[in-house]
Amino acid sequence: METATAKNIIWPDIERIRNEFPILQQTVNGNPLVYLDNGATTQKPVQVIRAMQEYYTGYNSNVHRGVHTLSQKATSAYEAARHQVAAYIGAHHHEVVFTKGTTDAINLVAAGFRRAFLQEGDEVVISGMEHHSNIVPWQLACEEKKAHLKVIPVTDKGELDMDAFAAMLNPRVKIVSVAWVSNTLGTINPVKDIIAMAHAKGIPVLLDAAQAAAHTPIRVHELDVDFLALSAHKVYGPTGIGILYGKESWLQQLPPYQGGGDMIKHVTFEKTTYAEPPLKFEAGTPAICEAIGFGAAVAYVTQLGIHKIQAYEHQLTEYAVAQLKTIPELRLIGESKHRAGAISFLVGQHHPSDVGVLLDQQGIAVRTGHHCTQPLMDRFECPGTVRASLALYNTTADIDRLVAGVQKAVTLLG
Amino acid sequence: MTIKEQQDNIIADFEVFGDWMEKYEYIIQLGKDLPLIDPQYKTDDNLIRGCQSKVWLHAEMQGDKLVFTADSDAVITKGLVALVIQVLSHQTPKDIANADIYFIDAIGLTSHLSPTRSNGLLSMLKQIKLYAIGYQAKSVQQN
Repeated sequence: METATAKNIIWPDIERIRNEFPILQQTVNGNPLVYLDNGATTQKPVQVIRAMQEYYTGYNSNVHRGVHTLSQKATSAYEAARHQVAAYIGAHHHEVVFTKGTTDAINLVAAGFRRAFLQEGDEVVISGMEHHSNIVPWQLACEEKKAHLKVIPVTDKGELDMDAFAAMLNPRVKIVSVAWVSNTLGTINPVKDIIAMAHAKGIPVLLDAAQAAAHTPIRVHELDVDFLALSAHKVYGPTGIGILYGKESWLQQLPPYQGGGDMIKHVTFEKTTYAEPPLKFEAGTPAICEAIGFGAAVAYVTQLGIHKIQAYEHQLTEYAVAQLKTIPELRLIGESKHRAGAISFLVGQHHPSDVGVLLDQQGIAVRTGHHCTQPLMDRFECPGTVRASLALYNTTADIDRLVAGVQKAVTLLG
Repeated sequence: MTIKEQQDNIIADFEVFGDWMEKYEYIIQLGKDLPLIDPQYKTDDNLIRGCQSKVWLHAEMQGDKLVFTADSDAVITKGLVALVIQVLSHQTPKDIANADIYFIDAIGLTSHLSPTRSNGLLSMLKQIKLYAIGYQAKSVQQN
């Protein structure tokens, strides 16, 4: 493959796109901001900010309750957002549950499995590169039910050991729950294979798509995945909202997660009957404004074209990896052939936080630390990494600033 | 020197730096120069866990003064730790407990105290105050 050079990575619209993100137009510590912490959260375009402002200035009202005009308008916008997000992932709208985010969505499924399906001696399969939010909910469920948490090993390159995975699939496994893209290593996991292999043994699969959602086209029906979780704020939308996609049959079978308003059909003190999914899982007044912002965010990405974004980010990632490798003593953590734009590295013996502090002084925002993947850091025997993670508004100029910034940090650290 | 005099000295030292690089070069040098903590005190009990870097802090009374030694796995944190120790070590528990720490703000390093930075510096300052209050209470009891 031809190595990406700055010259041939061109997106004609990039200047206009960058102008749509007001936050990018600022200086930090005297330098124009280079924002490379998109794996943690992405910035928001004016289209999203405007949609949310219009809601609060024009039609703030509770949903699914009132007969008055504002409430009907709010309900329509909230449900339209559900349709938009469903279209974004290739799902039916009634298969899309609004949650607080990816973590909440995984907890919803883990709690449901704990209550309805997991029994003593059963197994839950996760991987060694999971975010804590795809470890701890399953650990809690397994502890309570005396079930076992099994972990797919990660190779030195930062890929899943698929032979080991194949050997782990047995009738005791009740669910496989893995990341589509690793937030720390950038590895894109072979999710089609994982789903096919699990399904061959009758085991359902949950995909943590938090790090995939802004970068990869998602078609849940084609994937035939059973559950998929993602967060709006990593797809240019607001914090505090995300979704759980669930196949209709699964959403019917899963017991309710939380009780309250909006999730019921009829309540008496003796017995409550529940609303149909997805409302069965949406107890209480939802994050209405955030849902509307989420809808605007996926509309924005769709209008730009997720395939175009994917191709651009792929080139940018290749460029970033190649440029970072020119720094002596820089070691990439995660070198999968199939990778997304979350790039973790260490430089010499320098502590990631030292490198991060000195990059910040130069107006470059990266993440340092364990990235909520402590078991993975133990696997690679490091206290953490420096992680640069890309989004659609990043440019080769941002990468050049990063590389120069790391070089300056190394000089200072001596 | 009093805690106030120590802080004023540091503030004066930092006034000569022309840009952020000189400032951080100095902090990094302080980090490298900080006398190593006696390995026997580098225990989990003395570990102040920050989210990003680790700080070990050991306290002991020498006469009527409280003496601190410390270490960190990150050199910038270690440099900041060295500054804190310069100010607060070899002082009486009472003076430490009552001290107003203003130099970090004055030398433009407040961001290192933000809880989101989680580099252990804030937790270390709290821990130093707790030691001081503890030793102060002990000495009151003994008297």
